[in-house]
Amino acid sequence: MEYLPQILFVAALAYAVYFFTNNVRKLKRNINLGQEVNRNDQKKVRLNKMLRVALGQSKMVTKPIAGTLHVIIYVGFVIINIEVLEIMIDGIFGTHRIFSFLGGGYSFLIGSFEILAFLVLVTVILFWIRRNAMNIKRFMSRELKGWPKNDANNILYFEVILMVLFLTMNAADLQLQRIGHEAYVEAGAYPISQFIAPLFEGMSDSALVALERGAWWAHILGILFFLNYLYYSKHLHILLAFPNVYFSNLEKQGKFKNLDSVTNEVKMMLDPNADPFAEPEEGAEDEVPEKFGASDVQDLNWFQLLSAYTCTECGRCTSECPANQTGKLLSPRKIMMDTRDRLEEVGKNIDANNGEFKDDGKQLLDDYIKREELWACTTCNACVEACPVGIDPLSIIMDMRQYLVMEESAAPSELNNAMGNIENNAAPWPYNQQDRLNWAND
Amino acid sequence: MGEKLKVPTMAQYMTEGKKPEVLFWVGCAGSFDDRAKKITKAFVKILNNVGVDFAVLGTEESCTGDPAKRAGNEFLFQMQAMTNIEVMNAYEIDKVVTTCPHCFNTLKNEYPALGGDYKVMHHTQFLKSLLNEGKLKVEGGKYKGKRITFHDPCYLGRANNEYEAPRDLLRKLEVELVEMKSCKSKGLCCGAGGAQMFKDAEKGDKEVNIHRTEQAVAVKPEVVAAGCPFCNTMMTDGVKHEGKEGAIEVLDVVEMIANAQDL
Repeated sequence: MEYLPQILFVAALAYAVYFFTNNVRKLKRNINLGQEVNRNDQKKVRLNKMLRVALGQSKMVTKPIAGTLHVIIYVGFVIINIEVLEIMIDGIFGTHRIFSFLGGGYSFLIGSFEILAFLVLVTVILFWIRRNAMNIKRFMSRELKGWPKNDANNILYFEVILMVLFLTMNAADLQLQRIGHEAYVEAGAYPISQFIAPLFEGMSDSALVALERGAWWAHILGILFFLNYLYYSKHLHILLAFPNVYFSNLEKQGKFKNLDSVTNEVKMMLDPNADPFAEPEEGAEDEVPEKFGASDVQDLNWFQLLSAYTCTECGRCTSECPANQTGKLLSPRKIMMDTRDRLEEVGKNIDANNGEFKDDGKQLLDDYIKREELWACTTCNACVEACPVGIDPLSIIMDMRQYLVMEESAAPSELNNAMGNIENNAAPWPYNQQDRLNWAND
Repeated sequence: MGEKLKVPTMAQYMTEGKKPEVLFWVGCAGSFDDRAKKITKAFVKILNNVGVDFAVLGTEESCTGDPAKRAGNEFLFQMQAMTNIEVMNAYEIDKVVTTCPHCFNTLKNEYPALGGDYKVMHHTQFLKSLLNEGKLKVEGGKYKGKRITFHDPCYLGRANNEYEAPRDLLRKLEVELVEMKSCKSKGLCCGAGGAQMFKDAEKGDKEVNIHRTEQAVAVKPEVVAAGCPFCNTMMTDGVKHEGKEGAIEVLDVVEMIANAQDL
C-alpha cells in the first residue's frame, strides 16, 4: 500500500500525457489540412527571429504596461516549471524535495520560485482588473462575447489557484519543518510563504501533513489539467508562439505573394506563339488549382492555420486596424478566431466521419467571415505589424478577396468599374492611355 | 516659373540610341489626377533643375496593377505587370523612381517574381540620394521654422521600412517636425490603400481619412507633409472636412522642396 500514491501519480501523469498527445496529433492533422507553403528557408534568420520575438518577447513590450506584466508571467511560468520537474521526480519515486541536497542552491531556487509566484499572483490580478473593470476597448469587442471572455478569465483564475496552492504547499512544508516533523527535512528558503506559515500554527501534525499533501496533489493535478486545457483555449499560444514566429513571413510586408498558377495562364494569354489547343504537358493538369483564393480553411496554407491556433486574442491587431477604429465590421482578430473555429469544426467533422471530411454545407466565407469585413480592409499592414507572434491576418483577407473576385466575380461594383478601366485603358479611371503624358504640356 | 518642363520619353531616347540614368514612373494618379499632377511637375522641376538624366514611358506606361492585386484580381494584376515588364525590359531599364508608394512597392517587390528586376526608389529616397551626392541643395526657405507633421504612407513605411528619407528631407527644410499620435511603424492609414480609393467605404462611425486628419489637426501643423498622391487626396479632403483649409496645407515633400527653391 505504501506505493499507492506513486501508482496514482504515474497513472495521472500517463493519462494526462496520453490525452495531451492525442490533442497534439489532432492539432497537427488540422494544421496539415492547409495548402503547402515553403517556410523552411533561411533557417538562421528564422531562428534569430524566434529567439528575439518569441523567447525575447521583443514585440510584447511595444505596449509597455501590458508588455511588462506579460513578461513577468512569462518568466514566472518558465522558471517555476523547474519546480515542476522536482515535483514529477518526487511523485514518481515517492521522495520529498529530491533537490534539497543542493543546499544553498536549493534555497536560492525555492526562494526565487516563491518571489516569482507572488509576482505572478499580483500580475494576474492586475490582468483581471484590466480585462474586466477598466473598459479597455480591445477587451470589449463583440468577438470576445461568450466563450472567449470566459476562456481568458478561466486562465487567470487557474493561475491564481496554482500559485496559491504552490505557496500553501510551501507554507505547510515550512511549518512542518519548524515543528521538526521527521518526514520534512529543513530545506529551502521561503521569502513569501513564511508569512503564510504562522496561519497554520497550532494545527496538529496530521492536519498539517494533510494540508501539505493536499496542496501538493492539487497543484500538480491542476498543472496536468491546465496542460490539457490548452488545446481548447487561446492559451495554446504558450506553445505555438515559438513555431509561429519561426515560420512567419520574412518578406517585406508590402510584398504580397505571387499566384504562380495565374502566371502560367497569363503567359499563355500574352504569348502570340502559344497554341491554345495544344495538349497539356504531362502532369500539367495537376498544377492547375481547383480554385483561386480561399473560401474555406482547406484553401489557406498551413502557416495561416497554425497562426489561427496560435492567436491568443490579445486584440493588438484590431486596436491598430483603421477600419475597426472607424467602426467598420472588420476585426483582424476575428478573422483569426473565425479561421480557428471553422478549422476546429472541420476537424470534428473529420473525426466523426472516420477520417473523411463530409460536406457540411458550410464554409469560412459567409458562415464565419462576412464579405463586408473583407472589403473594409485597406491592406495597410497595421495588424501584421502589431502582432507580437508573427500572425498575418491580412494574408487571409487577401486570399478570400481573391476567391471573391476570381471565382465569384463578386467585387463591389465600383471596384469592378475601376478594374474594367485598368483593363481597357490602363488606369483605374476612365482616361485614355494616349493622354498619359498630357500633364507635361498643361 | 513658367519655364517649360523637359520631359523626355524612353521612345525619344531610344531613337537617339541613348539610355537615361533613371526611369521616372509617373503612375496613374500622377498622370491624370489634377492634384497629383502638381506633385509630378514639382518633381520634374527638381529633376530638370539638378540636371538628372531621366525619361518617362509616357503613353507606354500602364497601371502597375496594384489596385487590381489588392482587390483580389490576380489575373488583371499579372496582365498589367507583364505588359509593363515587357516594355521596361525592352528599354533595358535598371533604375526606376516614382512619386507613388503604391507603384514603388509593386515595382520593387512584386515585379521580380514576374521577370521585372529593377532598382526602384521612392522619390523621397531618390531626392535624399541627390542630396547626399551634393547635387541637390535643400534649404529652409518659406518653410523654415514652420510646424510640419509627416503622414507615413503605408506602402512606403510599414510595407518597405522607409520612415527616415522623407523626414530627413523635411529636417533639411529646417521645419519644426512634429509627430502625430500614430507614426512610423504604427502610422495610421489614410484610408485609400487596398483599392479603397476606388470604392465607397463600408458602413462605420466615420471615414478613415477623417480619423487620420483628426490626429494631424491635434498636433496643430501648418503643413501636413505627404509622400503619396492618394494620401494627399485623402488628407486634403480630411482637412476640408475639418474646416481647416485656410490653416493647414497638405503638400507632398517634393512640392515643399520645389516651393522652397521657388521653382
